[in-house]
Amino acid sequence: MIQQPLLSTPLYDLHVELGCRMVPFAGYNMPVQYQSILGEIKAVREGVGIFDVSHMGRFFIDGTDARALLNWVHTANINDEMPFGRARYGLLCKRDGGIIDDGIVYRMSEDVYMLIANAGNSAKVFDWLTYWRNERFPEARINDSTTHISMIAVQGPKAIELVASISEFDPDLVRPFRVTRCLVDERPAMVARTGYTGEDGVEIMPHAGDSPRLWKKLIAAGAVPCGLGARDILRLEAALLLHGSDMDETVNPIEAGLERFVAMDTDFCGKEAVEAVLKKGKQRQLVGFRTIERGTVPRSHAPILVEMSAIGEVASGAFSPTLDMNIGLGYVPNRFAAPGTALTIEVRGKFLDAVVVPLPFYSRPSP
Amino acid sequence: MEIPVDRRYSNEHEWALLEDDGTVRIGISEFAQHELGDVIFVETPAVAARVTKGENMGEIESVKAVSDLFSPVTGEVVEINADIKSRPELVNEDPYAGGWLVRVKPDDAGELDSLLDPAAYKSITE
Repeated sequence: MIQQPLLSTPLYDLHVELGCRMVPFAGYNMPVQYQSILGEIKAVREGVGIFDVSHMGRFFIDGTDARALLNWVHTANINDEMPFGRARYGLLCKRDGGIIDDGIVYRMSEDVYMLIANAGNSAKVFDWLTYWRNERFPEARINDSTTHISMIAVQGPKAIELVASISEFDPDLVRPFRVTRCLVDERPAMVARTGYTGEDGVEIMPHAGDSPRLWKKLIAAGAVPCGLGARDILRLEAALLLHGSDMDETVNPIEAGLERFVAMDTDFCGKEAVEAVLKKGKQRQLVGFRTIERGTVPRSHAPILVEMSAIGEVASGAFSPTLDMNIGLGYVPNRFAAPGTALTIEVRGKFLDAVVVPLPFYSRPSP
Repeated sequence: MEIPVDRRYSNEHEWALLEDDGTVRIGISEFAQHELGDVIFVETPAVAARVTKGENMGEIESVKAVSDLFSPVTGEVVEINADIKSRPELVNEDPYAGGWLVRVKPDDAGELDSLLDPAAYKSITE
């Protein structure tokens, strides 16, 4: 196999200087842990944490066909009544309903949209957009801005207050799932009220060159720098799926439990397949479970058993410090999907008692 | 990184401390706890179980991954650290004292001499 050299984000040197542990992830050399993963999770649940997520793909789509292109490749309704400054989560599906990637579409202005893709799927998403542009939507332009702008997620119950204190961001105007452009630490940036932790917060997108000073400014203002290790557990606690683990091209949005992000009143790629699943009924579905004992952690690929027969495997699994229990997601046949169903997880020859629980595992307290 | 000079070490980053009563207290090194990150669960052998030098005697789970524990001596387990059941973070916070794992009555205390001395252990952590 040919080893590609690792890419780095504009914050790489600063992460190293600040003593962060770096690991290869999706082709990038990424921060996995600054101090303690548990400490970082606590900071995000109780205060404010920051994450370098500049590795994610940022595509600008503009032109008179931009809206139609996005409405076709993305399962959310991008077609009408999506005002400026709104953001919608959804999926990119193949014709057979298999999930190519998940991502948020932001409407920046009349005919300008931004789509954020997972780092590992960026190239595939760009090719998919380009294919459909060439095929059907010639008046759309696709610009990959991943390297020109950085992305710093600021997440936690105190995130909004902290960001407001160093920027012109107005949280009363920019509600959740909205985006704006404003000065942050006196430099222009896009600020989206979205995230991947289950907490309130924003994702700030400054020019790449401005990101190190912003990272330092956020730390000086009291934010705790966090790595991808904490982010993965935070998103699992909130039952936010990870493409590649919890869904991929072999499952459809209905099996993945993402029905509410599929706008059946619009025409999107994969709609016929999704309709067929809705008509016929899904064969399996993604469920959440927790183990009865706190001990051994059920991790990805551990077999899920019922009466000693394998019925599925763990998609994501981890110890949840917020809930003080082991949690996980996995696909099981429908008849084992009801909350309360007893499951067994096999981990290195040990059999862990588990039970299906409703999702999400964690939701933030109402303000 | 701290390496106390009163004990011996294994290549697998366990330490073994000979106590006055002839038993050997066992834990993992500062280097090991740092590499593992936050410890969330330790599976130790039960009291009265036999352990064998260099062989698996349990598992240590951190947030990131699970690792095998190897016994640095051969003998019989006489005590396990009950505190780490409820507070596994002791392994991170105090690996050489409060975060010890098990105490073993060795068949032959002389076996400790075959382990690494602090200087030799230091060299494998650099």
